[in-house]
Amino acid sequence: MPGSESRLRVRRQDNVTQIEFIDRNILDEANIQMIGEEISGLVDAEKAPKLLISFTNVDHLSSAALGTLITINNKVRAKSGQLKLANIDPQIYEVFVITRLNRLFQIHETTDEAMKSFK
Amino acid sequence: MSDVPSPAPDSLTLRFVNDPAVIERVLSAFVEAAERHGYSKASRFAVRLALQEGIVNAFRHGHRNLPPDATVEAHYDVNPAEIRLWIHDSGPGFDPSSIPDPTLDENLETPSGRGIMLMRAYMSRVTFNAQGNRVEMIYSKPKSPAGAA
Repeated sequence: MPGSESRLRVRRQDNVTQIEFIDRNILDEANIQMIGEEISGLVDAEKAPKLLISFTNVDHLSSAALGTLITINNKVRAKSGQLKLANIDPQIYEVFVITRLNRLFQIHETTDEAMKSFK
Repeated sequence: MSDVPSPAPDSLTLRFVNDPAVIERVLSAFVEAAERHGYSKASRFAVRLALQEGIVNAFRHGHRNLPPDATVEAHYDVNPAEIRLWIHDSGPGFDPSSIPDPTLDENLETPSGRGIMLMRAYMSRVTFNAQGNRVEMIYSKPKSPAGAA
């Protein structure tokens, strides 16, 4: 069943969990829920999680996807962890600006910059 | 009609269930029609996002208590000057003014309520019918260089 396959690429580097989306469009409710559960699992697995979510390859995302990111951010902060976002297409970044979520999330231009910013 | 013709028409009205593949075909058809009429990448992104949010909202909120075979009807009409969209769901409707402003500091960490504000941010005009189960949107092609293809 295609819906049960992971929609994420996950790897560990320097104690940071790096996450990339497989899909170009993150719109489908079921997919978003699955992505949210998978990332929540990664957050739950650590004491003070350090997460870097890269938006390389992502062309479109829905407000429901933004909602899932907010939920993940709340979970990470509740565990005194750190969440960084990187490689966001300029048009998608504008969505973060319009919604003022650029003030909520720590957003970096590149993976390297985001990795250097972890404390 | 339950599927998208090819090549994408300038005007399309489609009734469909919550099937991500059909929704993606509607969005792709719209983008193809908009590109044909000289809308810039930024304009296509903006209106695609509004159409996508309208459809996703219709199923997610409008159809919350309806069976999975309940249908949404969506329409786009593209001409060189403007794009018109409407999305009509089968739900009981809602009061759009009841959605709190998600950009206020106290609401920034709330995970929902951003679909309508994005539609309003990107489109020239957004209106709901009295029942609140049909949204109509108009996008006027920008006259500035930013709107050029």
